[in-house]
Amino acid sequence: MNEAQIKERVAAFLSEHDPSGDRLEFLRARFDAGLAWVWFPEGLGGLGAPRELQQVVERELADTPQLNSGLQGIGLGMAAPTILAFGTEEQKRRFLKPLWTGEEIWCQLFSEPGAGSDLATLATRAVRDGDEWVIDGQKVWTSGAHHARWAILVARTDPDVPKHRGLTYFVCDMHAPGVEVRPLRQITGEAEFNEVFLTGVRLSDDLRLGAVGDGWRVAQTTLMNERVAIGGAPSRRGGGVMASVLAAWREHPELRTHDLHQRLLSLWVEAEVTRLSGARLREQLAAGQPGPEGSGMKLSFAKLNQALTGLEMEFRRELTYDDWTFRRSENVDFYGRGPGYRYLRAKGNSIEGGTSEILRNIISERVLGLPSEPRVDKDVPWKDLPR
Amino acid sequence: MSLLYSDVEEELRAAVRALLADRCPPSAVLRRVESEPYDLDLWKTLAGEIGVAGLLVPEELGGAGASASEAAVVLEELGRAVAPVPFLTSSVLATRALLPTRDALLGELAEGRKTAALAVSFAASAYRPDRGASVSVDGEGRLSGTVTGVAGAEVADVLLVPVDGDLYAVESIEPEVVRVVPSIDLTRPVAEVTFARTPARRVGACDLAAVLRFGAGLLASEQLGVAEWCLETTLAYVKERHQFARPIGSFQAIKHRLADLWLDVVRARAAARNAVADASSISVAVAQAWNAGVAVHAAEEALQLHGGIGMTWEHPVHLYLKRAKAAEVALGTPGDHREALASLVDVPGPE
Repeated sequence: MNEAQIKERVAAFLSEHDPSGDRLEFLRARFDAGLAWVWFPEGLGGLGAPRELQQVVERELADTPQLNSGLQGIGLGMAAPTILAFGTEEQKRRFLKPLWTGEEIWCQLFSEPGAGSDLATLATRAVRDGDEWVIDGQKVWTSGAHHARWAILVARTDPDVPKHRGLTYFVCDMHAPGVEVRPLRQITGEAEFNEVFLTGVRLSDDLRLGAVGDGWRVAQTTLMNERVAIGGAPSRRGGGVMASVLAAWREHPELRTHDLHQRLLSLWVEAEVTRLSGARLREQLAAGQPGPEGSGMKLSFAKLNQALTGLEMEFRRELTYDDWTFRRSENVDFYGRGPGYRYLRAKGNSIEGGTSEILRNIISERVLGLPSEPRVDKDVPWKDLPR
Repeated sequence: MSLLYSDVEEELRAAVRALLADRCPPSAVLRRVESEPYDLDLWKTLAGEIGVAGLLVPEELGGAGASASEAAVVLEELGRAVAPVPFLTSSVLATRALLPTRDALLGELAEGRKTAALAVSFAASAYRPDRGASVSVDGEGRLSGTVTGVAGAEVADVLLVPVDGDLYAVESIEPEVVRVVPSIDLTRPVAEVTFARTPARRVGACDLAAVLRFGAGLLASEQLGVAEWCLETTLAYVKERHQFARPIGSFQAIKHRLADLWLDVVRARAAARNAVADASSISVAVAQAWNAGVAVHAAEEALQLHGGIGMTWEHPVHLYLKRAKAAEVALGTPGDHREALASLVDVPGPE
């Protein structure tokens, strides 16, 4: 399939479906026409076409109803690629369409109070009971759990083997009895995240994704996609968080200082070379020769966001904050609201989706081939690890 | 516009890398830097057999008719080897100055039969092209005055001298004209060039700022090569070197520094490629503002992470540090390029 053929498909689709009609109906039809994610297989919202053709579809359909990327981010960026890679045919048919249209929102039940960077040490248990699994445990830092219909969940099915080997991956029904979602207030004042308590939650075995004990490998697919999703650099020069800083800078010459000017120019250069790396990475992916550059993008993104939002506070000599009211967030928002919010929210960028320290470990071990630190927990059954 | 390398560029790279591995290992460079830094035998092979000297010269003028993109790949490899050959000074800077004139000298430079140097301070830039130069021409077309910090002059058969928008060629260089001075960069020393009523031939017009901008864009690729060698050599060392009964590369204090450095080098590669694919004032300024610092940082990290051996003369890392630091000054410092960006991308300073 090439660009011209894709354009024909889109034109044919538009001739049969009115984008100004019902939003959901239009999105469902778009999925059925294989124009949701063209690189997915036919029948699952795609055409089995090369991934780079997606941008052609997006361009052609730019003026039609769009997805809510903030609310659907975890579903689209993490759950979908994992379901596609490890789900049964039945699971793919059941979950992918409402995930894509946004009729069903997804969240991620990975991190726990005792398992953050060391995710594989997680303690939430899944115990088999006939055709069902009984889940008990506590998850944390769960964005959007209050909106979610489903969750991707990693739980421990075998405590008697070393930590990486005793995990299993599930789809968790967020409406099941025993699932309790409590807002977790963040430094921004609002609750974008949640604590999720799982008490005797019963999941049928057909909600298991991948083999029993293979959860770590399945989770790797999710995490790799998460980092690409978070670290996707803006494709436009001066875009992303830089855009709001530059707008303020140009608008308020009276606030400029030499010190801030020097720092802003340095950050501008760093943002630009990061953007160019992202462009080069996309070119490599399109040419089918993916380089290891991707693992660094999120690291750069976090550093730049934090530096720029901090600089904007200084530039505006900002002493106020728009609203400390404890409330639920509608979606994940890095760039919205005032400078104080943006500064505080950016602090999460080097923690969420793998801390910057863990990302440096991943780069140094998997890309640079450096040896790992001595591991005392590698061959010890999980139940015998000190906690 | 692509930021990747073409197959032709990868073939060129392989040829240059193989030759340098054979003829120009760091130990060989180290042996010669205090006596006769430039390796003209190596240059003859590079220029004549691989044909790098004529890359930027159109075919009808006796060159290969390639583009800055191929020249950039050669510079990456020369940077990786801190190869003491006059490619940047003769085949890039001097050649680029001559190109608009279509002078017959281009054919001789392209074939490597002659080598030229632009009699401009290596510390000059597109923003201050006359830095370090005070040359005037008299009514009989003779040159007088001095230029400090000229790179590649000591091995040049021809000096190309820009004076007030014109380019002059000094084709018979008396010994007193070029005085090599002790230089921070051992593998690309600079000289003071002094003319005293020196006969010269007017070759044509010269937009010196454009020439220096072009050179700065390509220098970013040499800086990338320097940084890559430093990163790779340090990675190999920290995997081998044991302290506390472990390879030192297993300590997070070291791994994290190298992960950060890798990320800087990844972005330097994108910036260098962009500077030759696009070649606008913005792209060149971005590449120089970033890559000059990355090369210096990579060399400084390499030295530190090699510990004691890194501080010794016998280990070649100092050749890279000296090259990187001199290249940071060359053709505009990172600060000069950031200052230029302020107006180029509309980020003005305080009023």
